[in-house]
Amino acid sequence: MNFTFSDEQILIRDMAERFFRDDYGLEARRRHQALPGGFCRDTWARFADMGWLALGIPEDLGGVGGGAVETAILLEAMGGGLAVEPFLSTVVLGGTLISEGASTEVRADLLPGLAAGDLLLSFAYSEAQSRHDLNDVRTTARADGGGFVLDGVKTVALHAGTADRIAVTARTSGAERDAGGITVFLVDAGAPGVTVTDYPTVDGLRAGDVTLDGVRVGKDAVLGEVDGGLDLAERAVDRAAALAAAEAAGIMAALTRGTVDYLKQRRQFGRPLGDFQALQHRAAEMYVETELTRSLAYMAAVRQDGGDPATARRAASQAKAKAGQAGRLIGQEAVQLHGGMGVTDEMPVGHYFKRLTMIDHSFGDRSYHLERLTDMA
Amino acid sequence: MDLNLTPEEFAFRDEVRTFLRASIPPAIKRKVDLGLKLVKDDYVVWQRILHERGWIAPGWPKEYGGPGWSPVQRYLFEEELAAASSPRLITFGLKMLGPVLIEFGTEAQKQRFLPRILASEDWWCQGFSEPGAGSDLASLTTRADRDGDHYVVNGQKTWTTLAQYADWMFALVRTSNEGRKQQGISFLLIDMKTPGVTVRPIKTLDGGQEINDVFLENVKVPAENLVGRENDGWTVAKFLLGHERFGIAGVARSKKQMDRLRDIAARETKRGRPLIEDARFRERMAEIEIELTALEMTELRLLSDEAAGRKPGPEASILKLKGTQVQQGITELLLEAVGNRAHVFDPGILEDDWPGAANDGPAIPEYAATVASHYFNWRKASIYGGSNEIQRGIIAKAILGL
Ligand SMILES: Cc1cc2nc3c(=O)[nH]c(=O)nc-3n(C[C@H](O)[C@H](O)[C@H](O)COP(=O)(O)OP(=O)(O)OC[C@H]3O[C@@H](n4cnc5c(N)ncnc54)[C@H](O)[C@@H]3O)c2cc1C
Repeated sequence: MNFTFSDEQILIRDMAERFFRDDYGLEARRRHQALPGGFCRDTWARFADMGWLALGIPEDLGGVGGGAVETAILLEAMGGGLAVEPFLSTVVLGGTLISEGASTEVRADLLPGLAAGDLLLSFAYSEAQSRHDLNDVRTTARADGGGFVLDGVKTVALHAGTADRIAVTARTSGAERDAGGITVFLVDAGAPGVTVTDYPTVDGLRAGDVTLDGVRVGKDAVLGEVDGGLDLAERAVDRAAALAAAEAAGIMAALTRGTVDYLKQRRQFGRPLGDFQALQHRAAEMYVETELTRSLAYMAAVRQDGGDPATARRAASQAKAKAGQAGRLIGQEAVQLHGGMGVTDEMPVGHYFKRLTMIDHSFGDRSYHLERLTDMA
Repeated sequence: MDLNLTPEEFAFRDEVRTFLRASIPPAIKRKVDLGLKLVKDDYVVWQRILHERGWIAPGWPKEYGGPGWSPVQRYLFEEELAAASSPRLITFGLKMLGPVLIEFGTEAQKQRFLPRILASEDWWCQGFSEPGAGSDLASLTTRADRDGDHYVVNGQKTWTTLAQYADWMFALVRTSNEGRKQQGISFLLIDMKTPGVTVRPIKTLDGGQEINDVFLENVKVPAENLVGRENDGWTVAKFLLGHERFGIAGVARSKKQMDRLRDIAARETKRGRPLIEDARFRERMAEIEIELTALEMTELRLLSDEAAGRKPGPEASILKLKGTQVQQGITELLLEAVGNRAHVFDPGILEDDWPGAANDGPAIPEYAATVASHYFNWRKASIYGGSNEIQRGIIAKAILGL
């Protein structure tokens, strides 16, 4: 048992923290949001240069290896930096689906481009009626000749508008909520019949609804098994949930630090707010909850690489549920303890609060993961 | 103890209900139901309808234009207002300055300002907070120096709600630096059109524009605009902040929001069934419902005490504290109810007239469009009007003697 970071992991952390401290920040974020697609392509290229997009990809395919823990360390820093770039959608969701589900040829074809920053991905698994359930799929894929024809509407797919390829879940057999009968397809975003409605999200990222209208794909578009795609989809989303918990932990740490600084500096009643014990205790609580979330996020990251699938799933749900509960507490407390400043657009606190809130509503919210854990027991 | 309405009270409620439902302009109702942005005109149009009926100022004495209602009638009116999707009535004139002028104002001030408040001819804003004086309001530094028949005001107010619409501001200003800091404060009425008054918007975290900085630079204010005695503004401010219990808990509006929550939960699905049938979600709703009912009964107990002649005490802090917690709890459940639709941001909701979810826009139902923004925005409720920490402090000191 060993919870200390390796030298390599420390290197990743320090480099990422330095980057977000020196070269990112709220003003850069606002600029990036205003660019076409809602993020900065040059920054994305720098992510590639720093090897961040190659994490988790084998070295012979242009990657730098490493696993979920390295990615978690990076995402923690991205949380603190409030990055708007499509990392979770491209590297974590898309990367996992291709690494674990694609044929050797497709992997060799796509992963080097992903690592180099030339390929953007999105995973469209949710539908209007599906809430957080991955098995609730109405979109259909009808076998036709050697390939399939896809019809349906997927909703709120993270960064769908800028994706070159969009992975979608579709039903190849079975009824709406059957676990079997789901297949994951990798669709060219420019293919005839694919329409993406792109929009901003409340936390400053982008997402889109994906309409599939008689979209023809070949057999090689299938990721994983025909009819057996739910497992692959869940593995990708669980990995995203675990890593989103790490991003959340990074935000919580930033909010706790920012709030403590504010309490030291803001004076009322002739002394710093930090002199009031009622507020000291609230800040202490924020700190404790941050550390607990961080611990579960690391645990969940470790558990995503290999090992027992049920353990991986449970760990992801625990970390994500904790991030939801602690995120709500810390986000609300940070705003509250900043007083009026907390509800302004000018201060970082509101932006952290919004992103943290929306992490709870991504990849299954707290209620979803609690229920899932209860059902696993 | 009797929780039933009398036949007369029932009749009153029906009269109010019929009038309000028939009179609310549909476009305003829609905005309120969907949580959309209201503009000055929406408030003014609706307040004038109530004014014509004689119901705009339920808390004012009859001789000043109030309807002369009992506490129960006022309670029923609040309830029906919310149920009819009325916008919040703008409190600055009606619930703050009006009662202050009735209590402390000169005859001339009453005659000049009260009828215009009733008729929504003047929009008032509240100039209390400053960058350095929030919870510690008495440390305010905006100065008013007497110069012949007027004051010259210099300083900055901040967080001033809807100052962009305001014709007038009632402000706390420092007229003396002697004695305790509460002792040198005066209560002044400032015409926002006076040279030297500058309003600068502050954008809120949800992208909205409802608060402002107000800069005051050599602003000349006639001495006749002083309310109460010079250096006695703290007494006026304490009266203003403490006298009004009605509506402070927001019970009627929270009930209306619970209706909205039930409505949304009936339309959202989980595993092929309406969300509202989900036992876990129902339990969460029941929890909030209990808190809301407890709050309502507490409010009614306090109002009964008052009706029986007990002077209002610091118990109002219970209503503010618990009221905002319940409101914020409901915004959390609304956010959860709409699932991942909460992510979608349609910038159109920040505009004056949102056409609704357009076909080429994000495919989300209208009912979900403002839910996340509302959750973010409503964090303000536990900050303004005496933060929840300040309310707990009052309860600890003034009620518990700690
Ligand atoms: C949306 C909005 C609208 C507003 N509208 C108006 C308006 O129209 N007119 C107006 O005059 N003002 C208005 N305000 C200002 C509001 O009244 C102040 O924000 C409030 O008094 C808190 O002051 P502050 O923001 O300076 O926070 P601070 O006083 O700096 O407080 C920061 C935090 O410390 C806590 N704290 C402070 N002192 C103590 C203590 N002794 N013990 C424990 N905790 C403490 C606070 O509760 C808060 O959590 C508005 C504010 C908001 C957010």
